[in-house]
Amino acid sequence: MRCDEVTALLPGLVDGDPVGFEAERHVETCLRCQAELARYRRLLRTLSMLRTRYAEPTPGLLGETLAVITEAAERGARHTLLSGRRLAYAGAIGGGALAAGATAAVLIARSRKRALSLAG
Amino acid sequence: MDEAELVGAARGGDRQAFDELVRRTFVDTFTLARRLTGNEEDARDVVQEAYLRAWKGIGKFRGDAAFSTWLYRITANAAASSIQRRRRHRVVPFDDDFEPVDTGAEQLVSQGAETAEALDRIADALDDLPVKLRSVVVLKDVYGLSHEAIADELGISVSAAKVRLHRARHKLRDVLYDEGAQADAV
Repeated sequence: MRCDEVTALLPGLVDGDPVGFEAERHVETCLRCQAELARYRRLLRTLSMLRTRYAEPTPGLLGETLAVITEAAERGARHTLLSGRRLAYAGAIGGGALAAGATAAVLIARSRKRALSLAG
Repeated sequence: MDEAELVGAARGGDRQAFDELVRRTFVDTFTLARRLTGNEEDARDVVQEAYLRAWKGIGKFRGDAAFSTWLYRITANAAASSIQRRRRHRVVPFDDDFEPVDTGAEQLVSQGAETAEALDRIADALDDLPVKLRSVVVLKDVYGLSHEAIADELGISVSAAKVRLHRARHKLRDVLYDEGAQADAV
């Protein structure tokens, strides 16, 4: 394999990705490609060091963010409350209707019974 | 309270515990957002969106990964959404045309890459990368997310994530070391 072919594989080889026997063998024997691989390793090392190089957050952003969450949480709570109330209203209406139905059934049954006893 | 306890309390709806988690992770999350978006203005929006999503989704956090990793993924997803929105609203937003800038790389090679100056240069080079490449290289090489996690959050395939990563590394290598390599060869 030629250096330019192997060079294209180096950004993966630096992670340990399999690149094939020929490419690996080329790197083992080619100083130029070894130097190139070393550059990629150094690049990765430097990139990983950026992890603890923190950016300074905009002043006030933390407070704004907490306020946004508070607003969303309150909105969510109101929504939950409304849903709960809706459920309660629906339950009350349903229960009332059921009770009314039962009362009506009892009254009808009684009136029929009375009518039958009067007839008899 | 340690992080696990705070997460447990926040999962149960404890706002104070969640606020404490926000305080503890804020600088880290802002830094990631800044690196992903390449500018402070968008980073601010991404941070707020990320924490809002985290608050809404904390009940689903199972604790399989560290809270910070979970938050990185949410931030990456929020940044991807922000970038897509910007794409729709700007005429010339994030093309892949990339003009390497002169970063004085000879100095970087001769002094070693681990200096503060080198870190500044590499941070600048990251900002100059096309956003599609920057997102992947930041998440993988700076924050250590897996290819699978990156693919999930950016809505791309694992192989696309790898291709973008390799392209990003190649471009960074060109910017940071090419002049030095040429100087070595002379």
